[in-house]
Amino acid sequence: MRLAEAVRMALRTIVAQKLKSFFSLIGVLIGVTFLIAVVSIVQGMNVYVKSSVTDVLGGLNTFQLRQRPIFVNGNVGADQWREWNRRPRISYADAEYVRTRVSVPATFTQFCSDRVTMQYNGKLAKGIELRGTEESYFDLMGWKLASGRPFVSQEVRLGAPVLVLGALVADKLFEGRNPLGKSVVVSGIPYRVIGVVEAQGTMFGISKDKFAVMPLRAPARRVLCPHNMLDQLMVHTADEPSLLAAVGQVQSVMRVRRQLHPEQSDNFTIETAKEALSFWDRISTILFTLLPGLVVISLVVGGIVIMNIMLMAVAERTREIGIRKALGARRRDILAQFVVESTTLATVGAGLGITLGIGLAFAIKALTPLPAAVALWSVFAAVALGMGVGIVAGVYPAYRASKLDPIDALRSE
Amino acid sequence: MSDALIRITDLTRSYVMGDETIHALRGVTLDIGRNEYVAIMGPSGSGKSTMMNVLGCLDTPTGGEYWLNRQEVSRLSDDALARVRNQEIGFVFQTFNLLPRASALHNVELPLVYAGLRTRERRERAAGALERVGLGHRMGHRPNELSGGQRQRVAIARALVNQPSILLADEPTGNLDSGTSEEIMRVFGDLHAQGQTVIMVTHEPGIAAYAERVVVLRDGRVESDRLRRDAAA
Repeated sequence: MRLAEAVRMALRTIVAQKLKSFFSLIGVLIGVTFLIAVVSIVQGMNVYVKSSVTDVLGGLNTFQLRQRPIFVNGNVGADQWREWNRRPRISYADAEYVRTRVSVPATFTQFCSDRVTMQYNGKLAKGIELRGTEESYFDLMGWKLASGRPFVSQEVRLGAPVLVLGALVADKLFEGRNPLGKSVVVSGIPYRVIGVVEAQGTMFGISKDKFAVMPLRAPARRVLCPHNMLDQLMVHTADEPSLLAAVGQVQSVMRVRRQLHPEQSDNFTIETAKEALSFWDRISTILFTLLPGLVVISLVVGGIVIMNIMLMAVAERTREIGIRKALGARRRDILAQFVVESTTLATVGAGLGITLGIGLAFAIKALTPLPAAVALWSVFAAVALGMGVGIVAGVYPAYRASKLDPIDALRSE
Repeated sequence: MSDALIRITDLTRSYVMGDETIHALRGVTLDIGRNEYVAIMGPSGSGKSTMMNVLGCLDTPTGGEYWLNRQEVSRLSDDALARVRNQEIGFVFQTFNLLPRASALHNVELPLVYAGLRTRERRERAAGALERVGLGHRMGHRPNELSGGQRQRVAIARALVNQPSILLADEPTGNLDSGTSEEIMRVFGDLHAQGQTVIMVTHEPGIAAYAERVVVLRDGRVESDRLRRDAAA
């Protein structure tokens, strides 16, 4: 008997008993749904987090010189916090010192930020992240402006009171009217709006457009950072080798400036996008370690259900087995029939699970801020697992069926 | 008699049940030639069911020899027996034994599935067999949509579809009324007239009377073996 024949026979049996078949494959269905949905979400977040982290840090070939790291892996003890807080901040002078002593071609961008309240014509915008920085920041972020222009180096040098707004802030304060040339008040001082950045969308439901950028030395610098201090110095290089070279140079230049002995550890932090991503890598590693366990549990349960149903089917269809044997079915034909039947059953379950899992992933994408991207490998894995479960669950019942004595089987009711 | 289709020599079959050994067949010797029409009779416990199972290669004898179509089949493996059942024997059962969820056509196709035929050829031959028993217009019906006589005719079509050496019927009219029984016996008579070897196990003398030769078993032995003309005389 050929395989196609056996599969057709199995499908006929499955379709003839729709409800029973559905209940028997529900375990596999749930397991596979879960597999597909979780992998899709983790995969989606993976793509998303990678692009977002590099967004925040300004691309893969950028690193930050900071007092302490932004992205922290795991728990940080109180001692570590104390040590971080004792460190001196990065000053304008530090930045200048590094800038003049690093020989690798690189762009240096000083940066300082804090949340402020902005005001226009009686309307307030609270909790806006005001970033004081240099003109190179716009290139670093790869932004396009929706209208107006970024500030230029003269304005940075002079500390001109000008602002480039994030899309959300522009919307909130101006409600669709043209903000260019208008004056927005930050901590009592008016700033002229010279540009608006194109909308950046959201990350985990949080808008990435709730910010404003001003030249580093503009009057509001006192609100953002202590006198002559920076949050970070961002260093951008052309490629990865020069990034590594620049990291090494910045570290040794800073150690000289801070007059650290060889046995002392750094009292500053150099943070690369790669390091920041290691945090997410750890989360996704944990998820991908736990996931197989959960999937295996539901597939084992699904397999046991199918095995039970198949044992029942063998008992119920003893007479059919007797008839088939009388008509010339060999042991291996009966064995194949039941193994193929349970495999087909489980594969149908996996197929439904894949559909449901993809549906679920897209529903989550549509209804929550979590992203989702279906991973092709998880679909193949689901089909393979479904078939595997079907074969394993089918072998024992099929073996029992094949061993039945045709005379006894024919006599059974 | 050298070209006998069936040659059984000193055949025994015993079962062990607990401490007891039951001797169902105690040395049966029997030859059946091609195109014979034989009825095997006997009271219950005479061993006729065991005889039927052994003849149909569903069971293997404990002792003796069974040659079917020049092949010694009493010592074959399970799978080899399945092959013999598929190629040499067409069963007709008292309870029809059709697959309830399958159409008449699909039921008739089953032996061909195990013979390894391709779908199209199976369809054609199964349809041909159904037409031969007068059910060409009922191919798509399921067994429960057919009358008892029609079901038995589907079973006969299924038995014949592989062109077996023997048509082996076990109480073929046991579940049928007398009118339908006669109709089925007519089908058997026609098949025999066309050259088919028919062996029928029954306890009804009226049904046995359709056969040319009647073998009576009693206590696992052949009690009598007569041509019908003798029986009538």
